[in-house]
Amino acid sequence: MRETMAIAKRELLGYFATPLAYVFIVIFLFTMGVFTFYIGNFYQNERAELTAFFGFHPWLYLFLIPAISMRLWAEERKAGTLELLLTLPIPLYAAVLGKFLAAWAFAGLALILTFPIWITVNYLGDPDNGVIFASYIGSFLMAGAFLAIGSCVSAMTSSQVIAFVVSVVVCFLFTVAGTPIVIDVVSTIFPLAIVNAISSFSFLTHFASITAGVIDLRDLIYFLSLIALFLFATAVLIDLRKAG
Amino acid sequence: MPHPVPPLQFRMIEIEGISKHFGPFRAVDGISLSVARGEVLGFLGPNGAGKSTTMKMITGFLAPSAGRISVCGFDVAQQPLEAQKRIGYLPEGAPAYHDMTPAQFLSFIAEVRGIDGEARERQIANAVKRTELASVLEQPIETLSKGFKRRVGLAQAILHDPPVLIMDEPTDGLDPNQKHTVRQLIREMASAKAIIVSTHILEEVEAMCTRAVIIDKGHLVADGPVVGRDVQFTVTRGGTQEAITAEAGRLDAVFRSLTTDEAAS
Ligand SMILES: Nc1ncnc2c1ncn2[C@@H]1O[C@H](COP(=O)(O)OP(=O)(O)OP(=O)(O)O)[C@@H](O)[C@H]1O
Ligand SMILES: [Mg+2]
Repeated sequence: MRETMAIAKRELLGYFATPLAYVFIVIFLFTMGVFTFYIGNFYQNERAELTAFFGFHPWLYLFLIPAISMRLWAEERKAGTLELLLTLPIPLYAAVLGKFLAAWAFAGLALILTFPIWITVNYLGDPDNGVIFASYIGSFLMAGAFLAIGSCVSAMTSSQVIAFVVSVVVCFLFTVAGTPIVIDVVSTIFPLAIVNAISSFSFLTHFASITAGVIDLRDLIYFLSLIALFLFATAVLIDLRKAG
Repeated sequence: MPHPVPPLQFRMIEIEGISKHFGPFRAVDGISLSVARGEVLGFLGPNGAGKSTTMKMITGFLAPSAGRISVCGFDVAQQPLEAQKRIGYLPEGAPAYHDMTPAQFLSFIAEVRGIDGEARERQIANAVKRTELASVLEQPIETLSKGFKRRVGLAQAILHDPPVLIMDEPTDGLDPNQKHTVRQLIREMASAKAIIVSTHILEEVEAMCTRAVIIDKGHLVADGPVVGRDVQFTVTRGGTQEAITAEAGRLDAVFRSLTTDEAAS
């Protein structure tokens, strides 16, 4: 635990020691705003809800989250600090978890900074704040799942560019698996059981059910087990590198 | 054997027949040696000989393809954390987190190693003093000169006063004064520790080592104690052993003769 926290602290320090954190947060808030107000027609809808805002999250995360996760391991490998890190007396899980938690906390911070939108919608009307709160939790969980995938991809390469591109592609597959287009296409070929299996692997399916206002245990378990699975895979990949 | 085998209880590093293969390539091919407390072992050898690879295996960064290593009685493959607690390691090129200052970096290392409170401050202060880092403590590591970066790496390695020190080219990139200081530091620490240093500066052998080995193409070709200013090598070639003494100032000729096809001149 001590090691996990020490690693997480160092990582967070690293985010804010460079302009990276600030640039990321500004871009995050800017794109969230643009999508919600212009593309999502927030005002014209004249409805006191944040459905459009949350609806864009999976698609924005697709590019923004890999930008955080790409450096997790690729950068350490490139800079040679991986050798330092892995020869310190730290259990591997602590290094993997510490780095992930720092990235997740950072993504959480960016998400929290969107609170003016929540305030605005309360000022303009009378939204269901329970739904909005659940949606924030769902969005945070989904960010964690994107990050865990990104961590795993980053562990495979010393190139941040490759880590970014591959993460986007993998996250894209996890996202689109639940879109109506994919479901329609898949259901013309496969029986219903397979269609359901594919769409149940999608971020969209689970995120949509949370943003509807209920945090179902199944959705929680889905995101948390996806995170656990990909962090475990990260540790396995880092450990494999030892064998040369 | 020209030098006595150290008593078992003092063997801090034991390496038994380790090899490292990268695909078909054998970077390290059957090296065995043990290092006792009080010894400063110099790793000599041409570029690509396998010195760094051997160090990476001792410190648990790479797993050997064959053979076993123990540090202070702990098998590096079975109990890596116990071994790593007892090792201070300066990797090749002295990697460090460039976005941190030396003060933050050393504090992070201390925290990870479980050094708390008053002990943390004392041990960081001690490492800073020994590596003469005080003037750059609050400057981001990425803006430090090469020599200072190396000293940050050294400070990190000695911070927890480890019984085993592994240093890959610790004096590379240092100015002559710092080279002198670091050699002196290594000599001072020698009595209580087992130390392995690699170097391409052959004069450093007599200046700080009590023993030297020459590694070539993954094999250990010569091993011997430093006596006065001479190195009394036992050379293993083609299954036969012969004693060769490298007298003061002649080490480079012996090195060449053992690691190239040229005859010693
Ligand atoms: N990950 C790797 N994959 C493939 N080959 C490797 C790898 N790491 C090292 N090697 C090879 O192993 C050999 C030994 O490398 P090593 O770094 O141990 O040499 P060295 O003795 O430290 O050399 P130098 O004096 O230049 O530091 C080299 O030929 C190197 O190219
Ligand atoms: Mg080397």
